[in-house]
Amino acid sequence: MAMLKTDQSHQTTDFLAKVLRIGVLTAASVIIAGGVAYLAKHGGEQTHYQHFAAPQGESNQIRTLFSEIEHGHSRSLIQLGLLLLIATPVARVVFSVLLFLRAGDRLYAVIAAIVLAVLTLSLAHA
Amino acid sequence: MNIAEFTVVVAGVSAVAGWLGALTGLGGGVVVTPVLVLLLGVDMRYAIGATLISVIATSSGAAAAYVREGFTNIRIGMLLEIATVTGGVTGAALTARMSTGSLSVIFGIALLISAWLAARPKQPQAIDTAGDPLAARLRLAGSFPGERGVQRYMVRRVPAGFGLMFGAGMISGLLGIGSGAFKVLAMDRVMHIPFKVSTATSNFMIGVTAAASAGIYWRRGFIEPGLSMPVVLGVLAGSLLGARMLPGTPVRVLRLVFAIVVGALALEMIYGGFTGRI
Repeated sequence: MAMLKTDQSHQTTDFLAKVLRIGVLTAASVIIAGGVAYLAKHGGEQTHYQHFAAPQGESNQIRTLFSEIEHGHSRSLIQLGLLLLIATPVARVVFSVLLFLRAGDRLYAVIAAIVLAVLTLSLAHA
Repeated sequence: MNIAEFTVVVAGVSAVAGWLGALTGLGGGVVVTPVLVLLLGVDMRYAIGATLISVIATSSGAAAAYVREGFTNIRIGMLLEIATVTGGVTGAALTARMSTGSLSVIFGIALLISAWLAARPKQPQAIDTAGDPLAARLRLAGSFPGERGVQRYMVRRVPAGFGLMFGAGMISGLLGIGSGAFKVLAMDRVMHIPFKVSTATSNFMIGVTAAASAGIYWRRGFIEPGLSMPVVLGVLAGSLLGARMLPGTPVRVLRLVFAIVVGALALEMIYGGFTGRI
C-alpha cells in the first residue's frame, strides 16, 4: 500500500524513468540504423514529401513490417524504430497499471487501465 | 535537393528547434512543423506526422529526468491522461477530415497562444494547502523538493482541469504538437498545482497523449519514415543538449527572441492557410 500511497517511492519512479529511457534509446538506435541504410540506398533520389500520398493497400501495415525488414527495406526498419518510440509511453502505462495493483491502489489501477484501453483501441487499427 | 541533402537540412533545423524548445520550455515541435511547411515546402500532413513522433521522443526523454527528480505527480498525470488521450484520438480523427489550409490557420492560432503563454512573465502563486473534497477523495495531493525542504501542496477544481485537458489533448492530436503550454495552464492556473509540478506532470502526459494520436496518423499515412527519421533524431539530440545546458543559461532574452520567431511563423501559417498556399 505504501508504494504509491503518499508520495511515489524512489523505486517506482526510478523504474518508470528507466522504462522511458530504455525505450527512447532503443527506438533511436533502430531509427539511426534504418536511416543510415535508407540514405545509403536512396540518398541520391529526389524527395517526395511535398505532395501527400495516402497509403495504398498492403503498404504501411505493421504485420508485413518484419518480412520487409528481412528483405532489406530500410524504410521499414525506420518504421520499426518509430513504432518502438510510440510503444514507449504505452509501456509506461502498462507498468503503471501493474505498479498501482502491486501497491494495492485499486482506484488508480483502474484509472491507468482506462488510459491503456483508449491507447490500445487507437493503436489496434494502425 | 536530393534525399541526402534534405535529410541533413531537416536534421539541422530540428536540432536547433529542439535545443531552443528545451531552453525556453516551449518544446521543439511547435517550430519544426512551420519550418518544414513554410521553408521546405513539405506537405502539412507529413510535417505534423513527423513532429508528433518527435514529441513522443523528447517528452519521454525529459519525463524520465523529471520523474526521478520527484516533481512529477504520477496520480494527477494518470487521472488527467484519461482526458488527454480521448482528446488526442478526437483531434487526430478531425485532422484526417480537414483541409491543410484550415489546419494551417488553426496551427498558427495555437502557436500564437503558446508563444504568448511562454513569453509572459511567471506570476508566482501561493502554494495551495487547502484543496477541495474531490481532489482529496482522488488523493491528488502531493509534495515536491522545494527550496526549504519537502513542500506539500493540494489540488482544486478537478472537473474544470479535466475538461481543459481534453481540449489540450485535442489540440495535440489535431496539430501533432505536445500542447504543453495548454496543459501547464490548466494545471497551474485552474487546478492550483505548483508550476514546477505542473511542468513536470505535463511532460509526463505529453508522450502518452501523442501516442494516442499516432495510431490514427499511422493509418492515414501521415508518418513518412524518410522525413520522420531526421526530425525525430534532430529534435531529440537538440533537446537533450538544451536540457543539459539549461541550468547555466540566461533564458529570459532567449525566451523572448524565441517567442518573436514563433509568433512570426504563426502569422505566416495563418496567412498561408487563408491564401491557399498551404
